[in-house]
Amino acid sequence: MDIHEYQAKELLAGFGVAVPKGGVVYTPDQAVYRAEEIGGAQWVVKAQIHSGARGKAGGIKLCTTPEEVRAAATELLGKKLVTHQTGPAGKIVHRLYVEAAVPIKRELYIGLVLDRRSERVCVVAAPEGGMEIEEIAVRSPETILREVIEPAVGMQPFQARELSFGLGLSSSEMNQAVKAILGAYRAFRDLDATMVEINPLAITQSGQVLALDAKMQFDDNALFRRAAVAELRDYAEEDPRDAEAAKHGLNYIALEGSIGCIVNGAGLAMATMDMITHAGGEPANFLDIGGGASPERVAAAFRLVLSDPRVRCVLVNIFAGINRCDWVAQGIIQAAKDVNVPVPIVARLAGTNVEQGRAILRDSGLSIITADTLADAAEKAVAALSNTPIARATVREKVS
Amino acid sequence: MSILVNEKTRVVVQGFTGDKASFHAKEAIEYGTNIVAGITPGKGGTRHLNLPVFDTVKEAVKATGATASGIFVPAPFCADAIMEAADAGMELIVCITDGIPAQDMMRVKRYMLRYPRETRPTLIGPNCAGVISPGKAMIGIMPGSIYRKGRVGIVSRSGTLGYEAASQMQALGIGVSSSVGIGGDPINGSSFVDMLQRFEQDDETDAVMMIGEIGGPQEAEASLWARDNMSKPIVGYVAGLSAPRGRRMGHAGAIISAFGDSALEKAEIMRNSGLTVAASPAELGKAMQQALSKPARRPVLA
Repeated sequence: MDIHEYQAKELLAGFGVAVPKGGVVYTPDQAVYRAEEIGGAQWVVKAQIHSGARGKAGGIKLCTTPEEVRAAATELLGKKLVTHQTGPAGKIVHRLYVEAAVPIKRELYIGLVLDRRSERVCVVAAPEGGMEIEEIAVRSPETILREVIEPAVGMQPFQARELSFGLGLSSSEMNQAVKAILGAYRAFRDLDATMVEINPLAITQSGQVLALDAKMQFDDNALFRRAAVAELRDYAEEDPRDAEAAKHGLNYIALEGSIGCIVNGAGLAMATMDMITHAGGEPANFLDIGGGASPERVAAAFRLVLSDPRVRCVLVNIFAGINRCDWVAQGIIQAAKDVNVPVPIVARLAGTNVEQGRAILRDSGLSIITADTLADAAEKAVAALSNTPIARATVREKVS
Repeated sequence: MSILVNEKTRVVVQGFTGDKASFHAKEAIEYGTNIVAGITPGKGGTRHLNLPVFDTVKEAVKATGATASGIFVPAPFCADAIMEAADAGMELIVCITDGIPAQDMMRVKRYMLRYPRETRPTLIGPNCAGVISPGKAMIGIMPGSIYRKGRVGIVSRSGTLGYEAASQMQALGIGVSSSVGIGGDPINGSSFVDMLQRFEQDDETDAVMMIGEIGGPQEAEASLWARDNMSKPIVGYVAGLSAPRGRRMGHAGAIISAFGDSALEKAEIMRNSGLTVAASPAELGKAMQQALSKPARRPVLA
């Protein structure tokens, strides 16, 4: 799960990471009020969307008068920002963060990640912050410093000192940087984060060490024990279909193609997408119905897949281990009855109770195209596409 | 020999009395697995599926001499259950449960380091289909009927894609020595390398099917290890050729976030390391058939 910059800063501040004074706002009036409350002569107004590279997209404005703050807030609220992380669709700005602007002497990079190679938390630091770590890794990989954390005892102060001295900090800067790095580590550990990034960690003209931007990602599997973190979820930032999928225990990711996929198991779902591509089609989505799929869940999967107007054929591929083919078959029939399925369905069932499953489909009287193998299913789905190009187009016209 | 489990392995099930554990324990018993007891804290002294239930893994081990455990405990309590199994002296721990927090797994892996390498328990999973040695025994959730007994090892991240491979091979008359699902989480108990090592040493395995997916360094590490250490042929496949960058494809670990994470890059490393890469997921069986028919390899007695 992702959160906004201002939320990450609030969380990190609670662990002793120093941040500039600031506050979240939802209207231009609030922005001016906040700026006056913060005081000083310079402010930054920052669009709060779940994406990096907001500056390049025009989402961050430096202001020197309350009027400029108002103008910046008016311009940004409701604006669509397109960055390389949002994709071409972009994201609408609903919240802003108004923050005291501080004169900067140096910008550093600090990142904490779950390193899959060492299976531990790895703290990464680089002396040139402000750009993305991928860019630093290309431009000057030799400057990147790493500390791997022993999970039994956690990060030790000497590790943060080694990073700080490695970054070339003076001793007073070092003391503050150590506090920030150890605080970020404790936040990572105590909140079940999977990523914490402070970029830049700035050294101001007056010698303060401040987190100017912050990003945090959390382990979805641990949200059950992090209620305070779970509350920070901003549904406006997510595809509404993701939330609908989560409600039914489905895992759905929208793609660009025309063949809707309903599969059990993430690996088989990816392989089914690969197979569709191999057969000359394009998958419309990734969808894993998970283990123990009930007829209700299969029906929910159909509704979700069909909510994409590009879908012109649905391919169901179930290899039942923990699932049962008879349940899935019942689900397909229930879906076909409850949901108006205006496109051909290709179904391939295999594994536990496969004979019952196939019999249920056969005896249903519905025109479901059955397939025995993965290749067969993909080819039939692609063929069904060219046989029925009209049906879905008609439905789309009705909708629009 | 097969690897990890056989008909003699004495198995307990943790979280025994739950619905899913009961269903799959029953299937495993019917398959021939020597399940000797179950563990559900608070239900010790009762019986379930005609087997004794114990409160703790230690008690179960003392009473039955079990050496392997299948874990179906809910995710929030799973790290604890794995460590309990390790502490009770289990040689093999197969964790089926998905949704375990990554930091819990980090602690579990650290905990395992307290045992010297020779006595360290082998952890398979979490978030996996489990282990099966066809015709002998299974600890997991796979449908037993799709595996023909034979001499090809399967190691797969994804459970269902492992089934796909087994059934394609079955259709071609190729059998399986053991099949292992190592799971789709970013931190898992055993890696591809761990399993390749076992298959290389197993007298009853002639070739290996290795099925990976996007995300993480394990497939590349295994390919390089195989290049330098493996005498048996390997057929590889990496799922997710059409997966977009930066999106998590179901499995917590299936995300392209760094160089070398994509299916294309991994398949390339496999090929460069001398593995046969299947052209599509529908050609896993066919690719294995071709790999086995190449000369200078022992004949496969399927």
